[in-house]
Amino acid sequence: MALKNNEEPKKERGKNPTKWADKLVNRNDDTDKKSKTEKVLTILTWSSIFILWFVITKLGIFTPTLLPGPIRVWKAFLHILENGYNSVPIWVHLGASLKRLFVALFFAIFTAVPLGLLSGYFKKVEAVIDSVIEFYRPLPPLAYYTLLVLWFGIDDLSKQVLLFLAAFAPIYIACVSSVRQLNQDFVLSAESLGATQKNIFFKIVLPASMPEIFTGIRTAFGVAYTTLVSAEMVAATSGIGWMVLDASNFLKSEVIFVGIIIMGITGVIIDTGLRFLEKNIIFWKGHV
Amino acid sequence: MTAHSKKESLIKIENMSLVYGKKDKKIPALEDIDLEINRGEFICVLGPSGCGKSTLLRAIAGYLKPTLGKCLMQGNEIDGPDWHRGVIFQSPTLYPWMTVNDNVEFGPKMRGLPKDKIKEIRKYFLDEVKLSGFGNKYTFELSGGMKQRVALARVLANYPQVVLMDEPFGALDALTRDDMQNLIRDIWEENNTTIFFITHDVDEALSLATRVIVLSKRPGKIIKEFKVDFTNKIFKSGTKDVIYQDDYFEVKNEILDIINSQIEK
Repeated sequence: MALKNNEEPKKERGKNPTKWADKLVNRNDDTDKKSKTEKVLTILTWSSIFILWFVITKLGIFTPTLLPGPIRVWKAFLHILENGYNSVPIWVHLGASLKRLFVALFFAIFTAVPLGLLSGYFKKVEAVIDSVIEFYRPLPPLAYYTLLVLWFGIDDLSKQVLLFLAAFAPIYIACVSSVRQLNQDFVLSAESLGATQKNIFFKIVLPASMPEIFTGIRTAFGVAYTTLVSAEMVAATSGIGWMVLDASNFLKSEVIFVGIIIMGITGVIIDTGLRFLEKNIIFWKGHV
Repeated sequence: MTAHSKKESLIKIENMSLVYGKKDKKIPALEDIDLEINRGEFICVLGPSGCGKSTLLRAIAGYLKPTLGKCLMQGNEIDGPDWHRGVIFQSPTLYPWMTVNDNVEFGPKMRGLPKDKIKEIRKYFLDEVKLSGFGNKYTFELSGGMKQRVALARVLANYPQVVLMDEPFGALDALTRDDMQNLIRDIWEENNTTIFFITHDVDEALSLATRVIVLSKRPGKIIKEFKVDFTNKIFKSGTKDVIYQDDYFEVKNEILDIINSQIEK
Protein backbone atom coordinates (compact mmCIF):
# COMPACT_ATOMS: atom_id res chain seq x y z
CA MET A 1 0.00 0.00 0.00
CA ALA A 2 2.79 2.34 0.95
CA LEU A 3 4.33 1.78 -2.44
CA LYS A 4 1.05 2.58 -4.13
CA ASN A 5 0.77 5.92 -2.36
CA ASN A 6 4.23 6.87 -3.43
CA GLU A 7 3.27 6.06 -6.98
CA GLU A 8 0.29 8.33 -7.21
CA PRO A 9 2.01 11.66 -7.92
CA LYS A 10 4.32 9.92 -10.35
CA LYS A 11 1.35 8.50 -12.20
CA GLU A 12 -0.13 11.96 -12.55
CA ARG A 13 2.80 13.52 -14.27
CA GLY A 14 4.23 10.33 -15.75
CA LYS A 15 3.01 10.89 -19.26
CA ASN A 16 5.68 8.69 -20.66
CA PRO A 17 5.47 5.36 -18.85
CA THR A 18 8.32 3.89 -20.84
CA LYS A 19 10.65 5.94 -18.66
CA TRP A 20 13.07 3.78 -16.76
CA ALA A 21 12.12 5.35 -13.46
CA ASP A 22 8.47 4.44 -13.83
CA LYS A 23 9.34 0.90 -14.74
CA LEU A 24 11.62 0.66 -11.77
CA VAL A 25 8.87 1.86 -9.47
CA ASN A 26 6.28 -0.43 -10.94
CA ARG A 27 8.24 -3.62 -11.21
CA ASN A 28 7.60 -6.14 -8.48
CA ASP A 29 10.95 -6.81 -7.00
CA ASP A 30 11.63 -9.22 -4.22
CA THR A 31 15.37 -9.53 -4.50
CA ASP A 32 16.52 -5.95 -4.82
CA LYS A 33 14.38 -4.37 -2.17
CA LYS A 34 16.52 -5.37 0.76
CA SER A 35 15.86 -3.57 4.00
CA LYS A 36 18.64 -1.88 5.93
CA THR A 37 18.97 -4.67 8.47
CA GLU A 38 19.36 -7.21 5.71
CA LYS A 39 22.13 -5.17 4.11
CA VAL A 40 23.90 -4.83 7.45
CA LEU A 41 23.62 -8.58 7.98
CA THR A 42 25.18 -9.27 4.58
CA ILE A 43 28.04 -6.90 5.29
CA LEU A 44 28.52 -8.48 8.72
CA THR A 45 28.74 -11.95 7.21
CA TRP A 46 31.50 -10.90 4.86
CA SER A 47 33.37 -8.97 7.52
CA SER A 48 33.36 -12.02 9.80
CA ILE A 49 34.61 -14.24 6.99
CA PHE A 50 37.49 -11.83 6.42
CA ILE A 51 38.25 -11.49 10.11
CA LEU A 52 38.17 -15.26 10.57
CA TRP A 53 40.47 -15.68 7.57
CA PHE A 54 42.83 -13.03 8.91
CA VAL A 55 42.86 -14.46 12.46
CA ILE A 56 43.44 -18.05 11.35
CA THR A 57 46.37 -17.10 9.15
CA LYS A 58 47.77 -14.78 11.85
CA LEU A 59 47.70 -17.66 14.34
CA GLY A 60 49.78 -19.66 11.91
CA ILE A 61 47.74 -22.87 12.24
CA PHE A 62 48.33 -23.67 8.58
CA THR A 63 51.32 -22.95 6.42
CA PRO A 64 50.87 -20.07 3.94
CA THR A 65 50.95 -22.64 1.15
CA LEU A 66 47.81 -24.28 2.49
CA LEU A 67 46.06 -21.08 3.50
CA PRO A 68 47.60 -17.79 2.40
CA GLY A 69 46.54 -14.74 4.41
CA PRO A 70 44.46 -11.86 3.00
CA ILE A 71 47.47 -9.63 2.68
CA ARG A 72 49.45 -12.23 0.75
CA VAL A 73 46.50 -12.73 -1.56
CA TRP A 74 46.07 -8.97 -2.02
CA LYS A 75 49.74 -8.62 -2.88
CA ALA A 76 49.50 -11.50 -5.34
CA PHE A 77 46.46 -9.79 -6.87
CA LEU A 78 48.36 -6.52 -7.32
CA HIS A 79 51.30 -8.41 -8.74
CA ILE A 80 49.10 -10.20 -11.27
CA LEU A 81 47.37 -6.94 -12.14
CA GLU A 82 50.70 -5.36 -12.87
CA ASN A 83 52.67 -8.17 -14.47
CA GLY A 84 49.96 -10.59 -15.51
CA TYR A 85 50.16 -14.31 -14.92
CA ASN A 86 52.97 -16.02 -16.81
CA SER A 87 53.49 -12.60 -18.38
CA VAL A 88 50.01 -12.72 -19.87
CA PRO A 89 47.83 -9.87 -18.52
CA ILE A 90 44.94 -10.91 -16.28
CA TRP A 91 42.48 -9.18 -18.66
CA VAL A 92 43.52 -11.51 -21.41
CA HIS A 93 42.78 -14.53 -19.24
CA LEU A 94 39.48 -13.13 -18.07
CA GLY A 95 38.66 -11.97 -21.59
CA ALA A 96 39.38 -15.41 -23.02
CA SER A 97 37.03 -16.99 -20.48
CA LEU A 98 34.26 -14.45 -20.95
CA LYS A 99 34.49 -14.66 -24.73
CA ARG A 100 33.95 -18.42 -24.61
CA LEU A 101 31.06 -17.88 -22.22
CA PHE A 102 29.26 -15.20 -24.17
CA VAL A 103 29.75 -16.71 -27.60
CA ALA A 104 28.26 -19.94 -26.28
CA LEU A 105 25.39 -18.18 -24.49
CA PHE A 106 24.62 -16.08 -27.55
CA PHE A 107 24.22 -19.12 -29.79
CA ALA A 108 22.39 -21.04 -27.08
CA ILE A 109 19.82 -18.25 -26.67
CA PHE A 110 19.27 -17.85 -30.38
CA THR A 111 18.72 -21.53 -30.96
CA ALA A 112 17.13 -22.72 -27.69
CA VAL A 113 14.48 -20.00 -27.52
CA PRO A 114 12.89 -20.62 -30.93
CA LEU A 115 13.27 -24.39 -30.65
CA GLY A 116 11.88 -24.40 -27.12
CA LEU A 117 8.91 -22.22 -28.03
CA LEU A 118 8.20 -24.34 -31.10
CA SER A 119 8.44 -27.51 -29.02
CA GLY A 120 5.96 -26.08 -26.57
CA TYR A 121 3.72 -25.11 -29.46
CA PHE A 122 3.89 -28.19 -31.64
CA LYS A 123 3.96 -31.70 -30.16
CA LYS A 124 5.71 -32.99 -33.26
CA VAL A 125 8.69 -30.68 -32.88
CA GLU A 126 8.91 -31.72 -29.27
CA ALA A 127 8.87 -35.39 -30.25
CA VAL A 128 11.94 -34.77 -32.40
CA ILE A 129 14.00 -32.68 -30.01
CA ASP A 130 12.93 -33.52 -26.52
CA SER A 131 14.33 -37.02 -26.08
CA VAL A 132 17.78 -35.94 -27.26
CA ILE A 133 17.84 -33.14 -24.73
CA GLU A 134 16.56 -35.40 -21.99
CA PHE A 135 19.36 -37.86 -22.79
CA TYR A 136 22.30 -35.49 -22.75
CA ARG A 137 21.04 -33.03 -20.12
CA PRO A 138 21.83 -35.11 -17.02
CA LEU A 139 25.31 -36.00 -18.36
CA PRO A 140 28.09 -34.04 -16.68
CA PRO A 141 29.48 -31.87 -19.52
CA LEU A 142 33.03 -32.96 -18.77
CA ALA A 143 32.03 -36.53 -19.61
CA TYR A 144 31.76 -35.68 -23.29
CA TYR A 145 34.25 -32.83 -23.25
CA THR A 146 37.15 -35.10 -24.22
CA LEU A 147 35.18 -36.12 -27.30
CA LEU A 148 34.61 -32.48 -28.20
CA VAL A 149 38.31 -31.78 -27.83
CA LEU A 150 39.03 -34.66 -30.21
CA TRP A 151 36.57 -33.32 -32.74
CA PHE A 152 37.02 -29.57 -32.44
CA GLY A 153 40.57 -29.25 -31.15
CA ILE A 154 41.87 -27.95 -27.88
CA ASP A 155 41.20 -24.30 -28.73
CA ASP A 156 38.17 -22.14 -28.18
CA LEU A 157 35.81 -24.00 -30.48
CA SER A 158 35.58 -27.15 -28.36
CA LYS A 159 34.91 -25.08 -25.27
CA GLN A 160 32.30 -22.99 -27.01
CA VAL A 161 30.52 -26.09 -28.22
CA LEU A 162 30.67 -27.55 -24.73
CA LEU A 163 29.27 -24.41 -23.11
CA PHE A 164 26.66 -24.13 -25.84
CA LEU A 165 25.44 -27.64 -25.05
CA ALA A 166 25.47 -26.91 -21.32
CA ALA A 167 23.52 -23.67 -21.76
CA PHE A 168 21.08 -24.95 -24.36
CA ALA A 169 19.16 -27.39 -22.15
CA PRO A 170 18.04 -25.00 -19.36
CA ILE A 171 16.87 -22.36 -21.85
CA TYR A 172 15.11 -24.92 -24.02
CA ILE A 173 13.32 -26.50 -21.07
CA ALA A 174 12.26 -23.11 -19.69
CA CYS A 175 10.81 -22.18 -23.09
CA VAL A 176 8.84 -25.42 -23.43
CA SER A 177 7.35 -25.04 -19.98
CA SER A 178 6.57 -21.36 -20.53
CA VAL A 179 4.45 -22.18 -23.55
CA ARG A 180 2.78 -25.02 -21.63
CA GLN A 181 1.88 -22.71 -18.79
CA LEU A 182 0.74 -19.94 -21.06
CA ASN A 183 -2.64 -18.50 -20.12
CA GLN A 184 -4.80 -19.98 -22.89
CA ASP A 185 -7.19 -17.04 -22.66
CA PHE A 186 -4.38 -14.80 -23.95
CA VAL A 187 -4.22 -16.84 -27.12
CA LEU A 188 -7.99 -17.21 -27.46
CA SER A 189 -8.61 -13.51 -26.93
CA ALA A 190 -5.98 -12.67 -29.53
CA GLU A 191 -7.61 -15.05 -32.01
CA SER A 192 -10.96 -13.41 -31.37
CA LEU A 193 -9.36 -10.02 -32.02
CA GLY A 194 -8.30 -11.13 -35.48
CA ALA A 195 -4.65 -12.05 -34.91
CA THR A 196 -3.04 -14.57 -37.23
CA GLN A 197 -1.01 -17.51 -35.87
CA LYS A 198 2.20 -15.67 -36.71
CA ASN A 199 1.07 -12.56 -34.88
CA ILE A 200 -0.01 -14.61 -31.90
CA PHE A 201 3.42 -16.19 -31.74
CA PHE A 202 5.34 -12.92 -31.87
CA LYS A 203 2.97 -10.57 -30.08
CA ILE A 204 1.49 -12.87 -27.45
CA VAL A 205 3.39 -16.13 -26.92
CA LEU A 206 6.89 -14.65 -27.09
CA PRO A 207 6.33 -11.73 -24.70
CA ALA A 208 4.23 -13.86 -22.36
CA SER A 209 7.10 -16.36 -22.19
CA MET A 210 9.76 -13.75 -21.50
CA PRO A 211 9.81 -14.13 -17.70
CA GLU A 212 10.48 -17.87 -17.95
CA ILE A 213 12.93 -17.43 -20.79
CA PHE A 214 14.93 -15.05 -18.64
CA THR A 215 14.92 -17.45 -15.72
CA GLY A 216 16.20 -20.09 -18.14
CA ILE A 217 18.94 -17.78 -19.37
CA ARG A 218 20.08 -17.07 -15.84
CA THR A 219 20.18 -20.77 -15.01
CA ALA A 220 22.02 -21.45 -18.28
CA PHE A 221 24.55 -18.79 -17.44
CA GLY A 222 25.20 -20.44 -14.08
CA VAL A 223 25.63 -23.89 -15.61
CA ALA A 224 27.81 -22.58 -18.45
CA TYR A 225 30.02 -20.63 -16.09
CA THR A 226 30.68 -23.66 -13.88
CA THR A 227 31.32 -25.78 -16.94
CA LEU A 228 33.67 -23.18 -18.39
CA VAL A 229 35.96 -23.14 -15.39
CA SER A 230 36.06 -26.93 -15.20
CA ALA A 231 36.72 -27.19 -18.93
CA GLU A 232 39.59 -24.76 -18.70
CA MET A 233 40.98 -26.86 -15.90
CA VAL A 234 40.88 -29.97 -18.06
CA ALA A 235 42.39 -28.64 -21.23
CA ALA A 236 43.34 -25.08 -22.07
CA THR A 237 46.23 -22.69 -22.45
CA SER A 238 44.48 -19.55 -21.34
CA GLY A 239 41.55 -18.44 -19.27
CA ILE A 240 40.90 -17.81 -15.63
CA GLY A 241 40.23 -21.50 -14.92
CA TRP A 242 43.49 -22.46 -16.56
CA MET A 243 45.29 -19.85 -14.44
CA VAL A 244 44.00 -21.51 -11.26
CA LEU A 245 44.97 -24.98 -12.50
CA ASP A 246 48.42 -23.83 -13.51
CA ALA A 247 48.94 -22.10 -10.17
CA SER A 248 47.94 -25.25 -8.31
CA ASN A 249 50.54 -27.22 -10.25
CA PHE A 250 53.16 -24.92 -8.77
CA LEU A 251 51.45 -24.66 -5.37
CA LYS A 252 50.97 -20.90 -5.75
CA SER A 253 48.02 -20.86 -3.35
CA GLU A 254 47.69 -17.10 -3.30
CA VAL A 255 47.18 -17.12 -7.06
CA ILE A 256 44.54 -19.83 -6.65
CA PHE A 257 42.78 -17.57 -4.16
CA VAL A 258 42.98 -14.59 -6.51
CA GLY A 259 41.58 -16.68 -9.33
CA ILE A 260 38.69 -18.01 -7.28
CA ILE A 261 37.79 -14.57 -5.97
CA ILE A 262 37.86 -13.11 -9.48
CA MET A 263 35.63 -15.93 -10.73
CA GLY A 264 33.17 -15.37 -7.90
CA ILE A 265 32.97 -11.63 -8.36
CA THR A 266 32.66 -11.91 -12.15
CA GLY A 267 29.79 -14.35 -11.69
CA VAL A 268 27.97 -12.03 -9.32
CA ILE A 269 28.46 -9.06 -11.65
CA ILE A 270 27.13 -10.90 -14.68
CA ASP A 271 24.13 -12.19 -12.78
CA THR A 272 23.40 -8.71 -11.46
CA GLY A 273 23.55 -7.43 -15.03
CA LEU A 274 21.14 -10.12 -16.19
CA ARG A 275 18.78 -9.32 -13.31
CA PHE A 276 18.91 -5.63 -14.18
CA LEU A 277 18.03 -6.42 -17.79
CA GLU A 278 15.24 -8.70 -16.64
CA LYS A 279 13.70 -6.05 -14.42
CA ASN A 280 13.67 -3.49 -17.19
CA ILE A 281 12.62 -5.68 -20.07
CA ILE A 282 10.02 -7.63 -18.11
CA PHE A 283 8.82 -4.78 -15.95
CA TRP A 284 5.35 -6.31 -15.96
CA LYS A 285 6.48 -9.63 -14.47
CA GLY A 286 4.08 -10.91 -11.85
CA HIS A 287 1.18 -9.06 -13.40
CA VAL A 288 0.19 -11.69 -15.92
CA MET B 1 -32.85 1.60 -30.78
CA THR B 2 -35.02 1.45 -33.81
CA ALA B 3 -32.92 -1.44 -34.99
CA HIS B 4 -34.12 -3.55 -32.09
CA SER B 5 -37.49 -3.98 -33.72
CA LYS B 6 -36.40 -5.32 -37.09
CA LYS B 7 -35.06 -8.83 -36.92
CA GLU B 8 -31.83 -9.69 -38.63
CA SER B 9 -30.49 -13.05 -37.60
CA LEU B 10 -26.79 -13.03 -36.79
CA ILE B 11 -26.18 -16.30 -35.02
CA LYS B 12 -28.24 -19.40 -35.45
CA ILE B 13 -27.74 -22.48 -33.35
CA GLU B 14 -29.52 -25.60 -34.56
CA ASN B 15 -29.91 -28.76 -32.47
CA MET B 16 -26.51 -28.27 -30.99
CA SER B 17 -25.11 -30.77 -28.48
CA LEU B 18 -21.64 -30.66 -27.08
CA VAL B 19 -19.87 -33.50 -25.32
CA TYR B 20 -16.51 -33.21 -23.61
CA GLY B 21 -13.97 -36.02 -23.54
CA LYS B 22 -13.57 -39.16 -25.62
CA LYS B 23 -14.97 -42.67 -25.69
CA ASP B 24 -15.16 -43.88 -22.06
CA LYS B 25 -15.17 -40.54 -20.28
CA LYS B 26 -17.90 -38.62 -22.01
CA ILE B 27 -19.28 -35.62 -20.22
CA PRO B 28 -22.27 -34.11 -21.97
CA ALA B 29 -22.24 -30.33 -21.50
CA LEU B 30 -25.00 -29.09 -23.78
CA GLU B 31 -28.00 -30.82 -25.29
CA ASP B 32 -30.35 -29.82 -28.11
CA ILE B 33 -29.71 -26.13 -28.05
CA ASP B 34 -31.79 -24.10 -30.47
CA LEU B 35 -31.13 -20.41 -30.35
CA GLU B 36 -31.18 -17.43 -32.62
CA ILE B 37 -29.40 -14.19 -31.89
CA ASN B 38 -30.71 -11.20 -33.79
CA ARG B 39 -28.94 -7.94 -34.44
CA GLY B 40 -29.36 -5.45 -31.63
CA GLU B 41 -30.44 -7.97 -29.04
CA PHE B 42 -29.04 -8.11 -25.55
CA ILE B 43 -29.31 -11.74 -24.53
CA CYS B 44 -28.53 -12.85 -21.00
CA VAL B 45 -28.04 -16.51 -20.16
CA LEU B 46 -28.81 -17.75 -16.68
CA GLY B 47 -28.46 -21.17 -15.18
CA PRO B 48 -27.17 -23.14 -12.22
CA SER B 49 -23.39 -23.26 -11.99
CA GLY B 50 -21.78 -25.92 -14.14
CA CYS B 51 -24.75 -26.03 -16.51
CA GLY B 52 -22.71 -25.28 -19.61
CA LYS B 53 -23.27 -21.54 -19.94
CA SER B 54 -19.61 -20.93 -20.69
CA THR B 55 -19.54 -23.91 -23.03
CA LEU B 56 -22.34 -22.35 -25.04
CA LEU B 57 -20.40 -19.09 -25.27
CA ARG B 58 -17.23 -20.90 -26.26
CA ALA B 59 -19.05 -22.73 -29.00
CA ILE B 60 -20.39 -19.48 -30.40
CA ALA B 61 -16.94 -17.89 -30.12
CA GLY B 62 -15.52 -20.79 -32.12
CA TYR B 63 -13.26 -22.15 -29.37
CA LEU B 64 -15.25 -25.40 -29.23
CA LYS B 65 -16.82 -27.44 -31.99
CA PRO B 66 -20.34 -28.76 -31.48
CA THR B 67 -20.52 -32.54 -31.24
CA LEU B 68 -23.90 -32.59 -32.94
CA GLY B 69 -25.88 -29.91 -34.72
CA LYS B 70 -24.74 -26.62 -36.10
CA CYS B 71 -23.62 -23.22 -35.01
CA LEU B 72 -24.03 -20.70 -37.80
CA MET B 73 -23.14 -17.09 -38.20
CA GLN B 74 -25.01 -15.29 -40.96
CA GLY B 75 -25.54 -18.63 -42.64
CA ASN B 76 -21.95 -19.83 -42.45
CA GLU B 77 -20.81 -22.48 -40.05
CA ILE B 78 -18.60 -21.10 -37.29
CA ASP B 79 -15.12 -22.51 -37.78
CA GLY B 80 -12.72 -21.14 -35.19
CA PRO B 81 -12.46 -17.74 -33.57
CA ASP B 82 -13.03 -14.65 -35.65
CA TRP B 83 -12.95 -10.91 -35.00
CA HIS B 84 -16.63 -10.60 -35.91
CA ARG B 85 -17.35 -12.24 -32.58
CA GLY B 86 -15.59 -10.36 -29.80
CA VAL B 87 -15.14 -12.15 -26.49
CA ILE B 88 -14.83 -10.73 -23.00
CA PHE B 89 -13.66 -13.13 -20.33
CA GLN B 90 -14.45 -13.09 -16.65
CA SER B 91 -10.90 -12.08 -15.82
CA PRO B 92 -9.77 -9.44 -18.28
CA THR B 93 -7.11 -10.97 -20.51
CA LEU B 94 -5.31 -7.72 -21.15
CA TYR B 95 -1.70 -8.03 -22.26
CA PRO B 96 0.44 -6.66 -19.44
CA TRP B 97 3.40 -5.93 -21.74
CA MET B 98 1.29 -3.42 -23.65
CA THR B 99 -0.09 -0.07 -22.59
CA VAL B 100 -3.83 0.57 -22.50
CA ASN B 101 -3.53 2.22 -25.93
CA ASP B 102 -1.74 -0.75 -27.43
CA ASN B 103 -4.26 -3.14 -25.94
CA VAL B 104 -7.19 -1.26 -27.44
CA GLU B 105 -5.42 -0.90 -30.78
CA PHE B 106 -4.49 -4.58 -30.92
CA GLY B 107 -7.52 -5.73 -32.93
CA PRO B 108 -7.50 -2.97 -35.55
CA LYS B 109 -3.71 -3.34 -35.89
CA MET B 110 -4.00 -7.08 -36.45
CA ARG B 111 -6.52 -6.39 -39.16
CA GLY B 112 -4.15 -3.93 -40.80
CA LEU B 113 -6.29 -0.81 -40.67
CA PRO B 114 -4.58 2.49 -41.53
CA LYS B 115 -2.80 4.20 -38.64
CA ASP B 116 -4.95 7.31 -38.35
CA LYS B 117 -8.07 5.17 -38.43
CA ILE B 118 -6.69 3.01 -35.61
CA LYS B 119 -5.97 6.09 -33.54
CA GLU B 120 -9.41 7.47 -34.14
CA ILE B 121 -11.07 4.19 -33.12
CA ARG B 122 -8.93 3.91 -30.02
CA LYS B 123 -9.79 7.46 -28.95
CA TYR B 124 -13.49 6.92 -29.51
CA PHE B 125 -13.73 3.72 -27.51
CA LEU B 126 -11.46 4.80 -24.65
CA ASP B 127 -13.77 7.77 -24.39
CA GLU B 128 -16.78 5.49 -24.57
CA VAL B 129 -15.56 3.45 -21.58
CA LYS B 130 -14.55 6.69 -19.82
CA LEU B 131 -10.85 5.97 -19.77
CA SER B 132 -9.46 8.71 -21.98
CA GLY B 133 -6.34 9.94 -20.27
CA PHE B 134 -5.34 6.47 -19.17
CA GLY B 135 -4.01 5.40 -22.56
CA ASN B 136 -0.34 5.48 -21.63
CA LYS B 137 -0.77 3.46 -18.46
CA TYR B 138 0.13 -0.17 -18.24
CA THR B 139 -2.83 -2.41 -17.53
CA PHE B 140 -1.48 -3.57 -14.17
CA GLU B 141 -1.74 0.00 -12.94
CA LEU B 142 -5.52 -0.11 -13.27
CA SER B 143 -8.25 -1.33 -10.92
CA GLY B 144 -10.37 -4.40 -11.71
CA GLY B 145 -13.26 -2.35 -13.07
CA MET B 146 -10.96 -0.24 -15.24
CA LYS B 147 -9.29 -3.35 -16.62
CA GLN B 148 -12.63 -4.78 -17.64
CA ARG B 149 -13.48 -1.48 -19.33
CA VAL B 150 -10.24 -1.64 -21.32
CA ALA B 151 -11.15 -5.21 -22.29
CA LEU B 152 -14.52 -3.91 -23.45
CA ALA B 153 -12.96 -1.10 -25.47
CA ARG B 154 -10.48 -3.54 -27.00
CA VAL B 155 -13.28 -5.81 -28.20
CA LEU B 156 -15.49 -2.95 -29.41
CA ALA B 157 -12.59 -1.45 -31.38
CA ASN B 158 -13.09 -4.22 -33.93
CA TYR B 159 -16.76 -3.33 -34.37
CA PRO B 160 -17.72 -7.00 -33.93
CA GLN B 161 -21.13 -8.20 -35.01
CA VAL B 162 -21.66 -9.81 -31.61
CA VAL B 163 -19.99 -9.27 -28.28
CA LEU B 164 -19.83 -12.42 -26.18
CA MET B 165 -19.37 -11.79 -22.48
CA ASP B 166 -18.64 -14.56 -19.98
CA GLU B 167 -19.64 -13.32 -16.51
CA PRO B 168 -17.64 -10.17 -17.18
CA PHE B 169 -18.54 -8.44 -13.92
CA GLY B 170 -18.44 -11.54 -11.71
CA ALA B 171 -15.16 -10.61 -10.07
CA LEU B 172 -16.05 -6.98 -9.39
CA ASP B 173 -17.40 -5.45 -6.19
CA ALA B 174 -21.07 -4.49 -6.02
CA LEU B 175 -20.64 -0.76 -6.65
CA THR B 176 -18.24 -1.14 -9.57
CA ARG B 177 -20.55 -3.79 -10.93
CA ASP B 178 -23.48 -1.40 -10.93
CA ASP B 179 -21.37 1.17 -12.73
CA MET B 180 -20.30 -1.36 -15.33
CA GLN B 181 -23.87 -2.48 -15.94
CA ASN B 182 -24.89 1.10 -16.67
CA LEU B 183 -21.86 1.54 -18.90
CA ILE B 184 -22.53 -1.57 -20.93
CA ARG B 185 -26.21 -0.65 -21.28
CA ASP B 186 -25.32 2.83 -22.52
CA ILE B 187 -22.78 1.46 -24.99
CA TRP B 188 -25.25 -1.12 -26.24
CA GLU B 189 -27.98 1.49 -26.73
CA GLU B 190 -25.71 4.06 -28.35
CA ASN B 191 -23.80 1.77 -30.69
CA ASN B 192 -26.57 -0.66 -31.55
CA THR B 193 -24.36 -3.52 -30.44
CA THR B 194 -25.49 -7.12 -30.15
CA ILE B 195 -24.55 -8.71 -26.86
CA PHE B 196 -24.60 -12.27 -25.60
CA PHE B 197 -24.02 -12.10 -21.90
CA ILE B 198 -23.57 -14.90 -19.37
CA THR B 199 -24.28 -14.25 -15.74
CA HIS B 200 -25.42 -16.01 -12.60
CA ASP B 201 -27.06 -12.88 -11.24
CA VAL B 202 -30.79 -12.71 -12.01
CA ASP B 203 -30.97 -8.97 -11.30
CA GLU B 204 -28.08 -8.31 -13.63
CA ALA B 205 -29.76 -10.32 -16.36
CA LEU B 206 -33.14 -8.61 -15.94
CA SER B 207 -31.76 -5.09 -15.81
CA LEU B 208 -29.66 -5.56 -18.96
CA ALA B 209 -31.32 -8.05 -21.26
CA THR B 210 -33.96 -7.83 -23.92
CA ARG B 211 -34.16 -11.59 -23.73
CA VAL B 212 -33.26 -13.86 -20.83
CA ILE B 213 -32.50 -17.52 -21.48
CA VAL B 214 -32.57 -20.01 -18.63
CA LEU B 215 -30.55 -23.19 -18.93
CA SER B 216 -31.14 -26.43 -17.06
CA LYS B 217 -28.53 -28.19 -14.97
CA ARG B 218 -25.96 -30.24 -16.90
CA PRO B 219 -26.30 -31.19 -19.67
CA GLY B 220 -27.60 -27.71 -20.36
CA LYS B 221 -30.87 -27.36 -22.21
CA ILE B 222 -32.86 -24.20 -22.78
CA ILE B 223 -35.77 -24.42 -20.33
CA LYS B 224 -37.39 -21.10 -20.90
CA GLU B 225 -36.98 -17.73 -22.59
CA PHE B 226 -38.22 -14.42 -21.25
CA LYS B 227 -38.68 -11.30 -23.34
CA VAL B 228 -38.15 -8.36 -21.09
CA ASP B 229 -37.82 -4.63 -21.55
CA PHE B 230 -36.55 -3.34 -18.22
CA THR B 231 -33.24 -2.34 -19.73
CA ASN B 232 -34.83 0.11 -22.17
CA LYS B 233 -36.99 1.52 -19.40
CA ILE B 234 -33.94 2.01 -17.20
CA PHE B 235 -32.10 3.66 -20.07
CA LYS B 236 -34.96 6.02 -20.88
CA SER B 237 -35.81 6.99 -17.32
CA GLY B 238 -32.23 7.01 -16.10
CA THR B 239 -33.22 5.25 -12.89
CA LYS B 240 -33.52 1.66 -11.83
CA ASP B 241 -37.00 2.21 -10.34
CA VAL B 242 -38.55 -0.44 -12.57
CA ILE B 243 -36.85 -3.17 -10.61
CA TYR B 244 -39.12 -2.38 -7.67
CA GLN B 245 -42.32 -2.99 -9.61
CA ASP B 246 -44.57 -6.00 -9.52
CA ASP B 247 -43.96 -7.23 -13.06
CA TYR B 248 -40.24 -7.26 -12.38
CA PHE B 249 -40.70 -9.38 -9.26
CA GLU B 250 -43.00 -11.76 -11.08
CA VAL B 251 -40.40 -12.53 -13.73
CA LYS B 252 -37.60 -12.64 -11.21
CA ASN B 253 -39.46 -15.11 -9.00
CA GLU B 254 -40.30 -17.32 -11.93
CA ILE B 255 -36.69 -17.45 -13.02
CA LEU B 256 -35.48 -18.12 -9.48
CA ASP B 257 -38.02 -20.93 -9.13
CA ILE B 258 -36.74 -22.57 -12.30
CA ILE B 259 -33.09 -22.28 -11.27
CA ASN B 260 -33.79 -23.55 -7.75
CA SER B 261 -35.74 -26.50 -9.08
CA GLN B 262 -32.66 -27.38 -11.11
CA ILE B 263 -30.35 -27.21 -8.14
CA GLU B 264 -32.53 -29.29 -5.78
CA LYS B 265 -32.78 -32.32 -8.01
